[in-house]
Amino acid sequence: MKRFGGILVLIVLIAFLGPLLSPHDYQQTNFDNILLPPTAAGMHWFGTDDLGRDLFVRTMLGVQITILVAVVASIVSLVIGVLYGAVAGYVGGRVDAVMMRFVDTLYALPFIFFVILLMVAFERNFLLIFVAIGATNWLDMARIVRGQTLSLREREFVDAARLTGVSTARIILRHIAPNLVGVVIVYVTLTIPQAILFESFLSFLGLGIQEPQTSLGTLVDAGVNQMQGASYMLLIPAAMLAVILLCFNFFGDALRDAFDARQSR
Amino acid sequence: MLRYALLRLLGAIPTLLLVIVLAFLMVHAAPGGPFVDERGLPPAIEARLDEAYDLDKPLPEQLWRYMVRLAHGDFGPSFRYTDYTVSELIAGAFPLSLRLGAAAMALALVVGLAAGILAALRSNSLADRFVMTFAMTGISIPVFVFAPVLVLFLAVRLHWLPAGWSGNEGPARWILPIVSLALPQIAYIARLMRASMIDVLGSDFIRTARAQGLGTVAVVRYHALKPALLPVLSYMGPAVAAILTGSVVVEEVFGIPGLGQLFVRGALNRDYTLVLGIVIFYAVLVITLNLVVDILYGVIDPRIRRR
Repeated sequence: MKRFGGILVLIVLIAFLGPLLSPHDYQQTNFDNILLPPTAAGMHWFGTDDLGRDLFVRTMLGVQITILVAVVASIVSLVIGVLYGAVAGYVGGRVDAVMMRFVDTLYALPFIFFVILLMVAFERNFLLIFVAIGATNWLDMARIVRGQTLSLREREFVDAARLTGVSTARIILRHIAPNLVGVVIVYVTLTIPQAILFESFLSFLGLGIQEPQTSLGTLVDAGVNQMQGASYMLLIPAAMLAVILLCFNFFGDALRDAFDARQSR
Repeated sequence: MLRYALLRLLGAIPTLLLVIVLAFLMVHAAPGGPFVDERGLPPAIEARLDEAYDLDKPLPEQLWRYMVRLAHGDFGPSFRYTDYTVSELIAGAFPLSLRLGAAAMALALVVGLAAGILAALRSNSLADRFVMTFAMTGISIPVFVFAPVLVLFLAVRLHWLPAGWSGNEGPARWILPIVSLALPQIAYIARLMRASMIDVLGSDFIRTARAQGLGTVAVVRYHALKPALLPVLSYMGPAVAAILTGSVVVEEVFGIPGLGQLFVRGALNRDYTLVLGIVIFYAVLVITLNLVVDILYGVIDPRIRRR
């Protein structure tokens, strides 16, 4: 588990510090140097693309944006999921039944298509991608949180709070929510790779991050088009994305096994 | 059983309505009309266009008219492919996607179940660890990463298989798309099957069967398989959704003129009616298949029916 966490920290560090070491800029085109394979000579460590832009800096920018989207989207999904699950679990009864039935209903839908629908209807922008991905990714969180809340609700400190006249909203926010932190952190590490997957999928199709900004999905897409002559353009971002996703998944899985061995889901 | 099936059918209707209303409102909530970006249209023509696409009516009336037309199987005209209706476009593209998806699902089930059972029977062996590592990798790495990499190595470098769709004939051009589409599902199904099979193999009735002298094959085939299949069966709904999502990518990568490609082109061209129509079509497909899975669940597991 430490190994995967270490690799992730390393990747993030390189992604944010690496571009400072390179003399190149992420959007500077250079038509004398198009499609250069990786070389140390011109400081193009990952080569250049079909417009002569430096791929090392672009790949690092892609990692930065990918991670940024993932973290922000995860926070959005965390807020929605925790509030929804805590309310359903705490209020209980018919409200709970209806709320969880709604989650079950949404579970079956191919969400990514709704996100694409949003992208078509609105101008594509960063913020919308963050929110759309987060807003579609909270179902698991809501379920887990509800389950935890159901048992927390019966605990003495909640009874005590209720008896001293604390309002329901305040009990949920101040007494239930802080006790959910452990579980929530574990599940956020599993939400992040999902958000990365969503974002890079959209960007791969040309519906996510737009040029000259870039993300790993956009870079893989560009690599597919240049696959014949310049396979490094595909392989480098593809490997990067694969490593990041694998690390997050292994890390999250290990974390989950370590923290709640009882819960087998 | 009939009562159970009917209840499930009734339960699907609100979901369907929710999907249609949600999708419709999402498209129509956007500021500006779909023709706003086409500068230079005389106001009279703009008004006629708005009228032709019902855009001059108030939103609730538009929604109502859209739903009435949907009930007749009419998704309206396409915004960009003039002369075509969305229904015609979907009908033209869907059969190819259906064949691709069905083949991938079949492959995923056969290989995934076999790998899962094998891993469960030899749990913690080398084979098991190999299957599980493969499964984790298959789950983590998205289709749009390994499909192009497969093409690069198997088609572009080694020339074993054709790289694209057009210009190639025969069954060989199906292999890479189907395998790419099936891989993540193989991984998921193998993981699920392994976990549930290990669970079932540890239960009392299996011990009884073994004590009566049944061999491993008979125990798995006649006793363990059916209960162990239940979690896999309930995964079939999400699996269908995942295959639909995956086929969008696979059709893009291989240039297959199916529904996924139509969808992406529509999204890039901002073809409102086409994208809306395909989203609703996909949702209906997923809801219907979930319904079938639910009913099958009832058939396999009598305990479910009584709830």
